[in-house]
Amino acid sequence: MIYFDNAATSWPKPPEVAEAMFHFLNEVGANPGRSGHRLAVESGRIVYNTREAVAEVFNAPDPLRVVFGHNVTEALNLALRGLLRAGDHVITSSMEHNSVMRPLRALERQGVEVTVVQCSPEGFLDPADVEAAVQPNTVMIALNHASNVVGTLLPVAEVGRIARQHDLLLLVDAAQVGGAYPLDVQADAIDLLGFTGHKSLYGPTGTGGLIVGERVDVARMEPLKRGGTCSHSEHEEQPDFLPDMYESGTLNAVGLAGLEASVRWVLERGVDAIRAHEVELARRLMSGLRDIPSTGSGRRPGVTVYGGMDANRQAATVSFHVAGMEPSEVGLRLDEEYGIMCRVGLHCAPVAHKTIGTFPVGTVRFGLGALNTLEEVDAAVAAVGQLAQEAQ
Amino acid sequence: MIRKKHAVILVYSTSYAIRAEKILYQAEISSKLIPVPRHLSSNCGVCVRIERTDVEAARQALENTNMEIEGIHDLE
Repeated sequence: MIYFDNAATSWPKPPEVAEAMFHFLNEVGANPGRSGHRLAVESGRIVYNTREAVAEVFNAPDPLRVVFGHNVTEALNLALRGLLRAGDHVITSSMEHNSVMRPLRALERQGVEVTVVQCSPEGFLDPADVEAAVQPNTVMIALNHASNVVGTLLPVAEVGRIARQHDLLLLVDAAQVGGAYPLDVQADAIDLLGFTGHKSLYGPTGTGGLIVGERVDVARMEPLKRGGTCSHSEHEEQPDFLPDMYESGTLNAVGLAGLEASVRWVLERGVDAIRAHEVELARRLMSGLRDIPSTGSGRRPGVTVYGGMDANRQAATVSFHVAGMEPSEVGLRLDEEYGIMCRVGLHCAPVAHKTIGTFPVGTVRFGLGALNTLEEVDAAVAAVGQLAQEAQ
Repeated sequence: MIRKKHAVILVYSTSYAIRAEKILYQAEISSKLIPVPRHLSSNCGVCVRIERTDVEAARQALENTNMEIEGIHDLE
């Protein structure tokens, strides 16, 4: 069995993750931050240690500015819906996932002005185009760091410099690469970083959050939900400090216990080492797919690979099309005949598919991860080659 | 009798209490997280109990790390 769906969620997880969750459920169990007995305190410590681990992986200076939530989608909704008001202008790219695009389209109906900067057909963004889109009422630039469709990296640090020059906030959706590519909220001038726990941080689903930088005026950032925080309990008003103001209700403590273990695993392995391994995998995969012989009259490529075809400029997520075969059939046959798990179709990012020219058919997507091997890549390339032959 | 030896540091929330605990541990000041005494605050969270003799050292350690607290009170 070959698991190439790490861009949807990574699997398998390091064994430490399940061990930490098992330990939490059996030995700790209590509600973090509520009560005051030893188990509640230990639960709170585990959650705090997870904040520290996440802060370390993204070089965030203050663990208490790591706000936990359900997933990166919730984090992006908090940043976008919490900060943008009618009359504000926000700039985004044509490679975004619906986790950014749908909240923005809804905000547009409420009077927020949205500019979608066009990316190249390979999925690359020119920072100069972002700067040219800045208006007097621009308040934020919202970008993903790597496309979930073709993996292309957007120039976050360059855009960060532009954002600082024009006194704008930079929101980064790090869903695809947080943990698999060196990302530094301070050096890259990222004011708001949405991260997920269950992809390149190798934690369980149901974990993610938002790192809130010092330049963000939290008094202006409305919480998505209000409720119990076990702080300022005498007040009927929501507390006004981080992280409590955005963390109403009981946190996913067992998930966060797993996330601490997985982030420690990532840090021990080293983000740079993981990145180097994934570049090697992606390079081998793309060149293997590109070398699959032409089909038909010999003129059309057997397999079309989308994106920049440069492993150094993308995450280890590769999208392609097999000539003469629907992506859904490719996916089904890879699963049933070869034991290869991948994702096919539109990847919740219609605007990105339009940018690279694969709307509405979609693509076959191989999402590689730190635990995949070159042997698996070679086996998958051979399988796709056989399907391409049959599709003639 | 035992309580008279102690003081408590009140903080905004459990996250801050755990941060304080870590800072104090680094400064070699022993502490324990306990439920906030009702007469000091109506919070349902925890506060940091320390020896009364450590109050000044604790205040200094927390100030050195820019850790904001709500106050330090003797336990009667």
